[in-house]
Amino acid sequence: MPAVSKGDGMRGLAVFISDIRNCKSKEAEIKRINKELANIRSKFKGDKALDGYSKKKYVCKLLFIFLLGHDIDFGHMEAVNLLSSNKYTEKQIGYLFISVLVNSNSELIRLINNAIKNDLASRNPTFMCLALHCIANVGSREMGEAFAADIPRILVAGDSMDSVKQSAALCLLRLYKASPDLVPMGEWTARVVHLLNDQHMGVVTAAVSLITCLCKKNPDDFKTCISLAVSRLSRIVSSASTDLQDYTYYFVPAPWLSVKLLRLLQCYPPPEDAAVKGRLVECLETVLNKAQEPPKSKKVQHSNAKNAILFETISLIIHYDSEPNLLVRACNQLGQFLQHRETNLRYLALESMCTLASSEFSHEAVKTHIDTVINALKTERDVSVRQRAADLLYAMCDRSNAKQIVSEMLRYLETADYAIREEIVLKVAILAEKYAVDYSWYVDTILNLIRIAGDYVSEEVWYRVLQIVTNRDDVQGYAAKTVFEALQAPACHENMVKVGGYILGEFGNLIAGDPRSSPPVQFSLLHSKFHLCSVATRALLLSTYIKFINLFPETKATIQGVLRAGSQLRNADVELQQRAVEYLTLSSVASTDVLATVLEEMPPFPERESSILAKLKRKKGPGAGSALDDGRRDPSSNDVNGGVEPTPSTVSTPSPSADLLGLRAAPPPAAPPATSGAGNLLVDVFSDGPAAQPGLGPTPEEAFLSELEPPAPESPMALLADPAPAADPGPEDIGPPIPEADELLNKFVCKNNGVLFENQLLQIGVKSEFRQNLGRMYLFYGNKTSVQFQNFSPTVVHPGDLQTQLAVQTKRVAAQVDGGAQVQQVLNIECLRDFLTPPLLSVRFRYGGAPQSLTLKLPVTINKFFQPTEMAAQDFFQRWKQLSLPQQEAQKIFKANHPMDAEVTKAKLLGFGSALLDNVDPNPENFVGAGIIQTKALQVGCLLRLEPNAQAQMYRLTLRTSKEPVSRHLCELLAQQF
Amino acid sequence: MGQGKCCKAGEGLEIRFILIQNRAGKTRLAKWYMQFDDDEKQKLIEEVHAVVTVRDAKHTNFVEFRNFKIIYRRYAGLYFCICVDVNDNNLAYLEAIHNFVEVLNEYFHNVCELDLVFNFYKVYTVVDEMFLAGEIRETSQTKVLKQLLMLQSLE
Repeated sequence: MPAVSKGDGMRGLAVFISDIRNCKSKEAEIKRINKELANIRSKFKGDKALDGYSKKKYVCKLLFIFLLGHDIDFGHMEAVNLLSSNKYTEKQIGYLFISVLVNSNSELIRLINNAIKNDLASRNPTFMCLALHCIANVGSREMGEAFAADIPRILVAGDSMDSVKQSAALCLLRLYKASPDLVPMGEWTARVVHLLNDQHMGVVTAAVSLITCLCKKNPDDFKTCISLAVSRLSRIVSSASTDLQDYTYYFVPAPWLSVKLLRLLQCYPPPEDAAVKGRLVECLETVLNKAQEPPKSKKVQHSNAKNAILFETISLIIHYDSEPNLLVRACNQLGQFLQHRETNLRYLALESMCTLASSEFSHEAVKTHIDTVINALKTERDVSVRQRAADLLYAMCDRSNAKQIVSEMLRYLETADYAIREEIVLKVAILAEKYAVDYSWYVDTILNLIRIAGDYVSEEVWYRVLQIVTNRDDVQGYAAKTVFEALQAPACHENMVKVGGYILGEFGNLIAGDPRSSPPVQFSLLHSKFHLCSVATRALLLSTYIKFINLFPETKATIQGVLRAGSQLRNADVELQQRAVEYLTLSSVASTDVLATVLEEMPPFPERESSILAKLKRKKGPGAGSALDDGRRDPSSNDVNGGVEPTPSTVSTPSPSADLLGLRAAPPPAAPPATSGAGNLLVDVFSDGPAAQPGLGPTPEEAFLSELEPPAPESPMALLADPAPAADPGPEDIGPPIPEADELLNKFVCKNNGVLFENQLLQIGVKSEFRQNLGRMYLFYGNKTSVQFQNFSPTVVHPGDLQTQLAVQTKRVAAQVDGGAQVQQVLNIECLRDFLTPPLLSVRFRYGGAPQSLTLKLPVTINKFFQPTEMAAQDFFQRWKQLSLPQQEAQKIFKANHPMDAEVTKAKLLGFGSALLDNVDPNPENFVGAGIIQTKALQVGCLLRLEPNAQAQMYRLTLRTSKEPVSRHLCELLAQQF
Repeated sequence: MGQGKCCKAGEGLEIRFILIQNRAGKTRLAKWYMQFDDDEKQKLIEEVHAVVTVRDAKHTNFVEFRNFKIIYRRYAGLYFCICVDVNDNNLAYLEAIHNFVEVLNEYFHNVCELDLVFNFYKVYTVVDEMFLAGEIRETSQTKVLKQLLMLQSLE
């Protein structure tokens, strides 16, 4: 076989490349390149017309220079000229240059398209393929517009060469993915499906990719491909290892085509036709059988190709999830791989088994491999394999093996890589709760988590343990004893101090009888940690102290001494100072009765009567508010967005942990004087105390926040779906959103108030306010009829992952709505992290005996948590550049749906939530905005640019944010507004 | 323009890019099937290099990379890397790399790194014969080599 020699054909190019390689320094290289560029420029500008060979050589040199990383700003015209050469080598270099350096805005696009057109019509298969490859490589919309109609013709034409068909199929695939609207469906589609029968395996290989893509968008139109794919697959699978000649790879017949066919079948449910299904099942069995046969070659290529088919077969079996026999066989096969000497196979077996664990048919079979998987977690060298093992343990966990799995994961956590610790922590926390039979085990597990990986235990996790302990009498004594012991450790994690502080404050009395944990011992133990803790934890501890005064009067003097100390009363931190002053005064002024009332034990969480609390808080005035601002004040959390600086939150951010205290427990209604007494007292204290300034009553802006219910104890519920007592109906219980739901939602993207829905029976109005990561929404349900609605129940549902992203607290509304009446529902919303889908609002009631139900999308979109950010042009551009990863940007070009009025646009952008920055964009017609999305877990800096083109009635919208899905989502939301 | 759309994850068997790098991080081939600007390409090249070169022979040939995964194999001093969707078939791509390398080896007659440097424009032709639009186009070595030799004979 003739080999290709070094740079044959173009000596000048080879010399130039050698020169570059011999350069001793970057400077020398640049010098050599500049010399060459000057030379090429002069040749191109010279009077003498260049021949095709020279042109090809120079264009190729330019390409080489570009690939080295240097800018090329000329030569495009010469490259385009090469396209119309009738010599293959010249044409090829021309097309290569265009494919690598093309700029779709180039004025040359018309010339390029012209050359492509000629080549497509040339009937020369080599030229046709070059042209098709160029379209497939560039894939621009302009090319789509020019050629989308021609390519299907070429693909199905009877006289097209096989290689042309291959290229045409994939070229069409590329155009279809880039601009599906441009590819006309038509009679060619049926003929494309029949390419599955083509004699040429290469044509089939290319066509399957195209068909798979088309199937995903129009499954019904391409259903006929199922039986064709099955018979093709069957022929391959049952062929002997040498039957397919050219397409046999290391004794495996057509491995890539088999994989593609198996993936195509995964676009559909199992075949309905019994004969087709039978044939397919036979294929799948054959693949499983072959896996047991001795290998035909010792080469890894043989086993890899064979196993590529095997894993894809297993994917299809799992996709169908209907053949118990096959599922169990798949599981056994993977079980063998778990101990294979090839790391690749162990990794893939763990990964694949993870999906098998979720099938009811194979769950038990997967569980039999527990010891091997645990061993993998302990011994695998590659962290990604260990991670798959952890995933699989999580997936196979149920009540029967939970204790074993949780303890192994805890053990693994001690040595786990930092990268996966947080995930393991969450998994352990979830499993421990989900499968807890006795809650002392659960408490032990969570405390172990904190002990082993305190830094990775998020608030959700430790909030949750508090909530469970509060709600379960049987575990409270044990929890108090255990945290007390845990706190004995000389160095314990701050999260342990938080949990310990809270639990002892609530239930320390349960262990106070033991002299080893008497009240003074408990107090001094906690207080020994105090000075090492952050402000938030110290604030929590101060609240524990005041609870101690109530629980254990004997500690009163000591604790008052602590509160009175200058370090507390004149603490630079407003929150700590305020608490010290409040608690000190409370402890000295209030009677024991009042104290006992105010500091009563926390009631179980779900039963809390929030309206009374709200009343109490209004009396209290400042200091009330959300527990969830806390994360934002932590300076480290400001770095998350990697770009936009957060604006400082309000000065008097309310107390972080106030909600975790008994302070908010409702006083029994039987003692109203005491209640109001306590409330007034507190207000008085504030107005006199040194901390009075920030607390002098809420500013109008804050009033909104200060009314918010404390969402803290509720929000951890989102972590787990299973035992949630606040019975949200699962998504399966409610109908799909009404067809107009998206349209209705879009109306509220840039505004907060209005009518969300209206029909003959019901009108739903919305008023909402958002601030930072919190929001409050009022829904007004108006009965438009004269008949009473019964069993009226509006509920908010979080589909999918939304539970962990958004916490929505609703209040019940009256079950009857009289004719002509309106009822109001208040929703407190907290954005925990970025989310893409809005929650659903399901409204059900009976009207004249007939059940009515309606599902809408609640107008809560991620942009509601936007905080506008002003910045100077320079800062803007710097940040813009920082966010230059491809995933960070989302762009949309779209036609204007409304008249293009600059003022309206401005109003919409402001309504969207971003700040509008003037004098940033050099073009005054353009709009530039910036803001930060505030969520509890993180902040996402967002920059946006909207470029109207009045002539074309088009907009171009570009979003850059530090999180990929957010960019895309914001871009989609906003693009629909103009 | 408008190509952002084809970048959505989960669109099936699809290659995002193919990279051939040497141990020092010099790129010997970069074939992109997704739209990136030049700075982004450079960043990706550096990241891939950093991710892949720290792994040893006992590691898998797969590594998670951003929202995708890299399937790679090392041949002497060269790393051949293919970036695909996380749910794509690892072994199929691993062998697609090997199939490609065998074709290069045959075509360049015991291929070495320098062949790829001096004949970079031919390597693109080989790639286009075997992979197109992010999909596997042709897998038969015989067919690919026959076509390449036919092209080689053309002026």
